[in-house]
Amino acid sequence: MNTTSGPRDAVPTPGRPADGGEGYGGNRQRGSRARRMARTIGWNWADFAYSIKHAFIFALQLTAIVTVFTGFGWLFLPATTRMTRQAANAARQRARDRFGMRIEEPYLPEPRFQDGFMGRIEECRWILTDRSTWRDLVWMLLDPFIGGILGSFAGSLLLESAYGLVLLVFWPVLTKHGMNDWYGFVHVSTPPGVLEWRWALVPMAGIFFGLGVVLPDRLVLAHAKWSRALLSPSEKSRLALRVARLTETRTDAVDAQAAELRRIERDLHDGAQARLVAMGMNLGAAEALLDQNPEAVRALLVEARESSARALTELRELVRGIHPPVLSDRGLGDAVRAVALDSPLAVEVRVELPGRLEPAVESAAYFAICELLTNTAKHAHAHSAWIDIRHAQGRLAVTCTDDGLGGARTGAGSGLAGIERRIGAFDGIMAVTSPQGGPTVVSLEIPCVLSSEKTSTS
Amino acid sequence: MRVVLGEDLYLLREGLARLLEAHGFEIVAAVGDGPTLLEALLEHRPDVAVVDVRMPPTFTDEGLRAVLAARQEVPGLPVLVLSQYVEQLYARELLADGAGAVGYLLKDRVFDASQFAESVRQVARGGTAMDPEVISKLLARGGGKELLGRLTPREFEVLGLMAQGRSNTAIAQQLVVTERAVAKHTSNIFGKLGLPPSDDDNRRVLAVLAYLDQS
Repeated sequence: MNTTSGPRDAVPTPGRPADGGEGYGGNRQRGSRARRMARTIGWNWADFAYSIKHAFIFALQLTAIVTVFTGFGWLFLPATTRMTRQAANAARQRARDRFGMRIEEPYLPEPRFQDGFMGRIEECRWILTDRSTWRDLVWMLLDPFIGGILGSFAGSLLLESAYGLVLLVFWPVLTKHGMNDWYGFVHVSTPPGVLEWRWALVPMAGIFFGLGVVLPDRLVLAHAKWSRALLSPSEKSRLALRVARLTETRTDAVDAQAAELRRIERDLHDGAQARLVAMGMNLGAAEALLDQNPEAVRALLVEARESSARALTELRELVRGIHPPVLSDRGLGDAVRAVALDSPLAVEVRVELPGRLEPAVESAAYFAICELLTNTAKHAHAHSAWIDIRHAQGRLAVTCTDDGLGGARTGAGSGLAGIERRIGAFDGIMAVTSPQGGPTVVSLEIPCVLSSEKTSTS
Repeated sequence: MRVVLGEDLYLLREGLARLLEAHGFEIVAAVGDGPTLLEALLEHRPDVAVVDVRMPPTFTDEGLRAVLAARQEVPGLPVLVLSQYVEQLYARELLADGAGAVGYLLKDRVFDASQFAESVRQVARGGTAMDPEVISKLLARGGGKELLGRLTPREFEVLGLMAQGRSNTAIAQQLVVTERAVAKHTSNIFGKLGLPPSDDDNRRVLAVLAYLDQS
């Protein structure tokens, strides 16, 4: 399994290579020249085929939109919109697979609609007021012309060139069987004695060949770039997405904080507080028994002392869960080293942090790493783990690798999803690679600044 | 025995002073922050220092750093570090110079006054007193690798008690065996860890170091 997850609106940060312009070609470096050619031409024709599909979807979507108020469009507009978005997403994915070109999705998360007719109307209104619906529609309309024509033109150049040579040799046979004897603007079946124009086929086929070698590559990239222009979010929907994302993470953060406070309250109530009450009662009883039964008093005092020790232990555990002291003392690096020492795994920790992180980020990163280690110890059947912590280009980057069995899941409800939520409040992103059989690599990235203060490593 | 006390909370400082005086120690200085502590340690050169990890001005690991700095000046200066929580990381830093005479205990251990006084004396004599919490975390890791893997479970247990600063007599009592049996275990441990015959206290420190350094 190989999943990458993260906020869809991750903002490109300065210092990271931005997606754009030239320089795509990660996928094109492999394979021989001929194989790459063949693949590119395959892409040309695939784009052609997709563009036909897009023409159909465009027709459906347009019908749905036009009839939404006058007919039954409202019945199937959601379905056709889903089709449109799937097709657009597939095109985004192709750009990514072919060129590593990242086209972000512009779609806002779907709100909850009521059941029944009114809900349907709400949904249609939501679809029609979304700018991306209209941008998708324009893209669907134009893609058959741009993707289809460009694709088929580029894809057929080599065939055309080969055909020229075939025609040059076999034109008498071919024309006899009723085939056209024109090649471009050249008439091949010139009568004898006239200047034999058909030899012009050689340079023409050559030119077609040359274009056929050079063009498909460029056209398929041009097509991807054109798609990106329409398929990536406009500035407005980018902002809308950002707002939606911030609302979501803020809700998560507030919820998590409230749950944390409830847990602390419960722990104090059932733990230290209860012990102190018991201690007070024991001391009261001891006071009452002081004159009559010194032996019983001794037992009560011992019990009171044990209660206080237990209360302390519980408070210590609680404090460690809120904000571990070693984290405030020494910062992320040493706090993670301390956790690594307590882990049942052999954990190697490498830290390159020339200063301290913002306290909130430090704490979030610390608990995320703790949870990663716990997960690894519990589920991965690993012996060793390696944690790498560094700060570069305005981001804290944490990589946690283990030698376990792999197959880690990132779905809802998993520990990893919890980690993603935790760092999501800071615009952090997580990527998990965990093929069956291992190894599992989890990377976290959180944008943040380092304070200049040097960490003390005495 | 002359003691320097470093603790910023007034109640605890007074309580500790009273407790130690009741057990026959003499408090030569009782201070409440890191820089003053370092000065006091270097000036008085006490037989043992009892120090809280967290102190002003930064309220982080001020006490620990003062103690480590003092031990650079005065190698082997006996220190017993008290804390609300224990970390193996700090235990290692204290033991790293290999000079022994180090204690690292939870503040809760003060409740058992006579055991606590015994730990202070143990440290003053050049031994170690590691908190059972540190030890139990090590045991929870499943008994370590290579070197310590050669120890039998019983020997491992004895080593753990040794790290807490218990004498052979105390270990024998705890495990309900004869003192001779414990002596045999300890010499086996020294042998398996490759510690050459020397005076017993020093070997105990080295064994504990190996114990803490197993990962």
